[in-house]
Amino acid sequence: MRIAVDRRRVDPLRPSRVPAGAASDARPADPAAARPAGLLRRALPAVLRLAALALLLAFLFMPERFAPLFAPLTQNGAPAIYARTSLVDLTLGHLGLVFGATLAGGLVALALGILVTRPRGAAFLPLSRTLVQIGQTFPPVAVLALAVPAVGFGAEPTLIALFLYGLLPIFENTLAGLRDVPAAAIEAARGMGMTPRQRLLRVELPLALPVILAGLRLSVTINMGTATIGSTVAATSLGEVILAGLQSGNTAFILEGALVVATIAVLVHDALLILERRVGRRAAGAAA
Amino acid sequence: MIEIDGLSRRFGDVLAVDDVSMTIERGSITALVGASGSGKSTLLRMINRLIEPTAGTVRIDGRDTATVPHETLRRGMGYVIQGNGLFPHWTVAQNIATVPRLVGWPKARIAARVDALLDLFGLDPAAYRDKYPAQLSGGQQQRVGVARALAAEPAVMLMDEPFGALDPIIRAQAQRDLGAIQRRLGTTIVLVTHDMEEAIRLADRIAVMRAGRLLQDATPAALLADPAPGYVAELVGASDRAFRLLSLRPAAELAEPGTADGPPLDADVSQREALGALLSRGADAVPLAGPEPRIVTLAALRRRAEVPS
Ligand SMILES: Nc1ncnc2c1ncn2[C@@H]1O[C@H](COP(=O)(O)OP(=O)(O)OP(=O)(O)O)[C@@H](O)[C@H]1O
Ligand SMILES: [Mg+2]
Repeated sequence: MRIAVDRRRVDPLRPSRVPAGAASDARPADPAAARPAGLLRRALPAVLRLAALALLLAFLFMPERFAPLFAPLTQNGAPAIYARTSLVDLTLGHLGLVFGATLAGGLVALALGILVTRPRGAAFLPLSRTLVQIGQTFPPVAVLALAVPAVGFGAEPTLIALFLYGLLPIFENTLAGLRDVPAAAIEAARGMGMTPRQRLLRVELPLALPVILAGLRLSVTINMGTATIGSTVAATSLGEVILAGLQSGNTAFILEGALVVATIAVLVHDALLILERRVGRRAAGAAA
Repeated sequence: MIEIDGLSRRFGDVLAVDDVSMTIERGSITALVGASGSGKSTLLRMINRLIEPTAGTVRIDGRDTATVPHETLRRGMGYVIQGNGLFPHWTVAQNIATVPRLVGWPKARIAARVDALLDLFGLDPAAYRDKYPAQLSGGQQQRVGVARALAAEPAVMLMDEPFGALDPIIRAQAQRDLGAIQRRLGTTIVLVTHDMEEAIRLADRIAVMRAGRLLQDATPAALLADPAPGYVAELVGASDRAFRLLSLRPAAELAEPGTADGPPLDADVSQREALGALLSRGADAVPLAGPEPRIVTLAALRRRAEVPS
């Protein structure tokens, strides 16, 4: 299916499948043993995700319980756990920055993608693409540096940087998704008397949705890590923990911040992937 | 009635349709045949204005289609494209309901119509209503495509190679279904096909196109008996023209009183089938079922198949 090809093209984060034969040592000798093993293998990702989520929540709400784990990384009796701000507040701030910026970026990229795939907007495709690419290639740190004098310190410059940084995957995937809608479906929609708007809303967007969601997922995942730099301009984000670690030479802080950000990124990525597969199955017309 | 008058369409240097005029009677089936690239699809798509003509007019029941908004025009016409063009993200019922929903039928009427159409095409509504196109066979998808085009009871159906992708047996079944449904509903059908046999079997009139021009527009019998010299004659085929001609008429037409050996043929066989039976039995006459004893003779068939050359 072409959708799958396109998703791969614009989605370097997608894990590559291990061929089924690779796990040959796990092949059980008799079918009776196969059943529990197969069930376990299928349930394993869900179990791992739940475990990661539980661990994350435990750490966010009761970080001091984990002190013994991080203590070996500290020197000269420095604190093992970052306690200046509540980790829950930092996490909420971090998520707010990422989702706020991605939502705004997603809407703009989607609107732009729709515009340039209409006959009337086709002339704007090269310009839009260039702008979006600049947004991606311009380093977020530089955006922060330029934005602070204009909008001041805090969440705003960070939102701007994340917004620009996240446009490209959603824009490109919107284009790929809309382009890949089967020509016969569009022809049929036209031939049966749908207006251009009905065609877009009832046929093109639903069929392109899985690919668009893949772009959104990429954008969220990228920005989850990038949002840490917001702390350099006084935005509330998990970067604060990492920065504090850098400033005081405390490896425990750096590791805590990084682990929390990475765990959230993986969990959000997986959740969006599950959503996307469900939507994809419906768009492909299999019984959902 | 569809009146096509001096219709042309140019794509750059290509004159895809070149000054075509023809009249399509209400309730008839017209087949557009011709080689690939001869302009059949372009002509068909100008009838519902998916393609705008460069010159000429199309009138439906006297009304110039250029004066009707595109959406209104198209919702009043069924349209079936090759490869069926079903919406993959909609169920069979939703697909069939497309035009009724666009024109705002009440829900109950749509549901009843969907079930009636599924029944008509031999698909059990309870089993198929909620399936997705990907869960159907090619032949079933094709039938759903035709059902969708018929859903809002259009007076006109445009079909672009609707049976192209089907295997011969399903294809013959689909053709019989379409013929039966067309006779029941009185729909005017314009059908594009590559297949001369299909055109002869289904159509009331056959329009032969080449390089954008309409070469001949005639009933199947007239086309077979008297094809325009050149391309049409070639297309109709000198060698099997006689068989095609015989396939158009029932054997009963040639029956004469009398008796012959062997089991009688069904009363409704075509003359071609009667000829086949005669040849395989090595006989000069075969009996035909009926109240009176009657026969069809080789001599009568030979006279009928004779083509003036
Ligand atoms: N949108 C288009 N743009 C440019 N040229 C076109 C377009 N549509 C059709 N043509 C050209 O017009 C001519 C007629 O095409 P058309 O599709 O009507 O042929 P057809 O008889 O339906 O052929 P086929 O049997 O292969 O479907 C061809 O030369 C084709 O290349
Ligand atoms: Mg064609």
